[in-house]
Amino acid sequence: MADSPKSNPATSTAPSSPADATALRTPSSEVRPAPTPSPPPSPKRTEKTMTGSMAPIAPKNFGYEQARHLLWRAGFGGTPVQIQTLASWGPTKAVEYVIDPANAPGDRPRADLFDKNIMREPSAEERKAYQAARQKQDEDALAKFRVEQQRRQGQDRQQISEVQRWWLKRMIETPRPLEEKMVLFWHGHFATSYRNIENSFHMYLQNELFRKNALGNFGDLLYGIIRDPAMLKYLNNDTSRKGKANENLAREIMELFSLGIGGYTENDIKEGARSLTGYTFKDDTFVFEKNNHDGGVKTILGRTGAFDGDGFVKIILEQQGVSRFITRKLYHNFCAELPPLERADYSDLPGPQQAALRDLASTFASSKYELKPVLRRLFLSQHFYDDKVMNEQIKGPTQLVVGAVRSLDTPVRDLSILNDALDLMGQNLLFPPSVKGWDGGRSWINTSTMFVRQNIMAFLLTGKKPRGYDANADEMKYDPMPLLAEMAKANPGSEKDPAAVADYLLRLTIGTAPQQSKEALASLSAKVGGGVSRELVIGYLLLITAMPEYQLC
Amino acid sequence: MDLHNSPAFTRRKFLYGGLTLASTAWTIPAFLGSSADAMAGMLADGLSSTPGVDEDRILVVVQLGGGNDGLNTVIPYGMDAYYKARGGIGVKPNEALKLTEADGIGLHTRMTALKELYDNGLASIIQGVGYPNPDRSHFKSMDIWQTGERDATGDGWLGRYIDNECCGYGKGESGKPDGSKKPAAGPMTAIDPPIAIGRTAPLALQGRATKPVSFESADLFRWSGEDIHEALKEPYHDLNRRGASGGGDTNADFLMRTALDAQISSDKIRKAVGQKSLVTYPGNELGRQLQMVGAMIRAGLKTRVYYVTLGGFDTHSGQGGAQGRHGNLLANFADSIKAFYADLKAQGNDSRVLTMSFSEFGRRVAQNASGGTDHGTAAPMFLFGPMVRPGVIGAHPSLTDLDQGDLKYLIDFRSVYAGVLEQWLKADSKQVLGETFKPVVVLKKA
Repeated sequence: MADSPKSNPATSTAPSSPADATALRTPSSEVRPAPTPSPPPSPKRTEKTMTGSMAPIAPKNFGYEQARHLLWRAGFGGTPVQIQTLASWGPTKAVEYVIDPANAPGDRPRADLFDKNIMREPSAEERKAYQAARQKQDEDALAKFRVEQQRRQGQDRQQISEVQRWWLKRMIETPRPLEEKMVLFWHGHFATSYRNIENSFHMYLQNELFRKNALGNFGDLLYGIIRDPAMLKYLNNDTSRKGKANENLAREIMELFSLGIGGYTENDIKEGARSLTGYTFKDDTFVFEKNNHDGGVKTILGRTGAFDGDGFVKIILEQQGVSRFITRKLYHNFCAELPPLERADYSDLPGPQQAALRDLASTFASSKYELKPVLRRLFLSQHFYDDKVMNEQIKGPTQLVVGAVRSLDTPVRDLSILNDALDLMGQNLLFPPSVKGWDGGRSWINTSTMFVRQNIMAFLLTGKKPRGYDANADEMKYDPMPLLAEMAKANPGSEKDPAAVADYLLRLTIGTAPQQSKEALASLSAKVGGGVSRELVIGYLLLITAMPEYQLC
Repeated sequence: MDLHNSPAFTRRKFLYGGLTLASTAWTIPAFLGSSADAMAGMLADGLSSTPGVDEDRILVVVQLGGGNDGLNTVIPYGMDAYYKARGGIGVKPNEALKLTEADGIGLHTRMTALKELYDNGLASIIQGVGYPNPDRSHFKSMDIWQTGERDATGDGWLGRYIDNECCGYGKGESGKPDGSKKPAAGPMTAIDPPIAIGRTAPLALQGRATKPVSFESADLFRWSGEDIHEALKEPYHDLNRRGASGGGDTNADFLMRTALDAQISSDKIRKAVGQKSLVTYPGNELGRQLQMVGAMIRAGLKTRVYYVTLGGFDTHSGQGGAQGRHGNLLANFADSIKAFYADLKAQGNDSRVLTMSFSEFGRRVAQNASGGTDHGTAAPMFLFGPMVRPGVIGAHPSLTDLDQGDLKYLIDFRSVYAGVLEQWLKADSKQVLGETFKPVVVLKKA
């Protein structure tokens, strides 16, 4: 398959070959004949400027490092065998493999996985009994209702931890890592917290909505989210009715879910909110309450009609800003960190990034919001494999933990402990801090989370807890030696050389082997003595996973 | 469109205000500088505080988790209704520690230490604190107290305070909420993150840019891997104390700096806590935590907000009266606070530290059939320190004019927060709380 760069008027001023890469620093709005490269941002990066070319990477440039990068960004990292396999396939086949779920077996979660009745609404009789107790001021009966309500809330909080562990396990075990990674992406995008809705089954249903549409069409997701009980509750649309429209969902749909600040007016929010009145749910199912719906004429984003919620979403999807906003967020998540995302505008970014973003937005628009084409284009592009893109993303807590288990093949040990660690590191799954989701990037890191990050790796590798060891540490011994099999195959005997093993493991885990880190590992090997042993390899991995660079992928 | 002008979304201001700087706020090591030598020098000089300077003011929050029974903490022994509702667990008039200048009000029998603080003008008791339309779920009500919001959907109130103070939100410069102005390059002053003693940091301390530090004990604020093999220690330290060369600002540089910062903080905190205290603290959980906080204050950490927790107040059954389980908790609370202030005084730091206690709710007026009390509403808050306005603030809520068996609150807890923010921390409480609450006067007249 010969992917050629799409002809796109938006990128026509940007040269597409890497030889002209320095020219990409020129802001696209003005054309300078003889561009001078901007000063390098850091003394370490003097060599070259970033390429903004979205042309496919040449097979000859796609090797071990690129395959490793692809596996980390499009999933949760790869084992040595996975890296070698993808490298040998070349970019086109490798990218196709990670993108298409049909390439890996999948399963739909069982329908009866979780109890849907814990937080079910009271029946008509129950409600009547409660009203009667209130009217009679029957304190004993009211106390019983309260106790029962508290019992159910307690049970539901247990179930939400089960859902958290179930999802974490799924991310660790799935043969379709990109699918789960997209579920995590959509969870952060359409952020909804259990804290506010207190219904674990609805959180699970929403998680399944994200999974069904993980790599499908963004439009389907947007139509789906205005029918999702968890979201309707979280943004208070369940009580929004004609004459008393609640604007929360209408606002966030445009501001955070599709267009970004600047893509709409306050009046569009008011009118959009009217169109969403009557969109609510009963038990676990979406309900359109016609009596509560405002059927009048609205004007939204310049269009006038008696729109309902679907009509509102349809108008949004006709806006050009959607493809810019969503691809910007995808880029931020999969490629390189960008400044705050409230706006779809990216005129203040460096030229190469602008070029890449314009290209992605145009791909997304021309595929009518299909996700696979835009991700395929990104994962194949020269830009994606630029030096400044690779190994420069701070792993989110989930990425860190799931990535370590998957790429090093450590025991899982204890999902509860891993889940607690995610919370300590700032990513309590299903409890995002607000409707804005997680900021990501550097906001994950402080002195406290740094130790948690290092210590959870020590736990995975050895069962060591901050105090003492996991009860099963002896039975669940980690065997790191299979990590060296590929190295032995390529260069027999090298797997017995402590220095060669150190170098190999550094390249596997952090993508490079800086001199200082090789020296630190050598000093361990000198102290331990006795050649390459399981203990030494675990010691190496303990040190490597505690390196600041291990927080990057 | 300017979000500032949308009064209905005051909360949102904070989301965006802090966000502008979220990615850079912590790039500056809390202990400044970038080389390990400079650190060593600074440690030798000591980061000692300057008493009496506003920047050195410290707030310690004590969370009484589970819903403390306010009526059996501050006893309305002058009210018949109290004894009618609490035939079994009521604290008798002769058992209550009667408070001067407060008719018919006394402290629980076991709070002699707190009575002493009160008599010495080091304590204020704020009566009947709550909020409208109270929620009786531990989970939800605790979130309400910690966010300072009735819908409890935003960041923690102290996190927002620190976001504001350290990131200059609303102070021009870099605080534009839409992110349209890039944050200024180069170092900016950041105060140290708040410290919570406990496994996880409470919501109250979580801001947009502010990420609190938390640890159960100082020896857990370190790499656990070094326990696995002695030989790992040295290479680990080499790898984590490299710092960032040349002051670059890639993510790798940022991580190098934070790793070094973590090592220095860990050394400093563990060294601080390893020192013998100037006084003896009671051996209970809260005493242990306050002892650590006292040690960190003494060591001159720049931390401005500390958070400690005492749990076990969910006394649905067998809570006891003048003696018993609830009394034991109150004794732990009172004894620990007293020791804390004795320590601070011995250090010469007592005038820098204001302590505030709260619980997510009080309990119902009537005791239940199990000799305990169920989840209720309003309850007293305590403030401690030589700067607080001593005595009882506000009237005791009525025991006869009830809302379905619960006390009606008289003072919104956010008015107390506003008082602490405005008067003690010199912060704009409206900015932090998102709306105006009339501040309670919490400090004594100068």
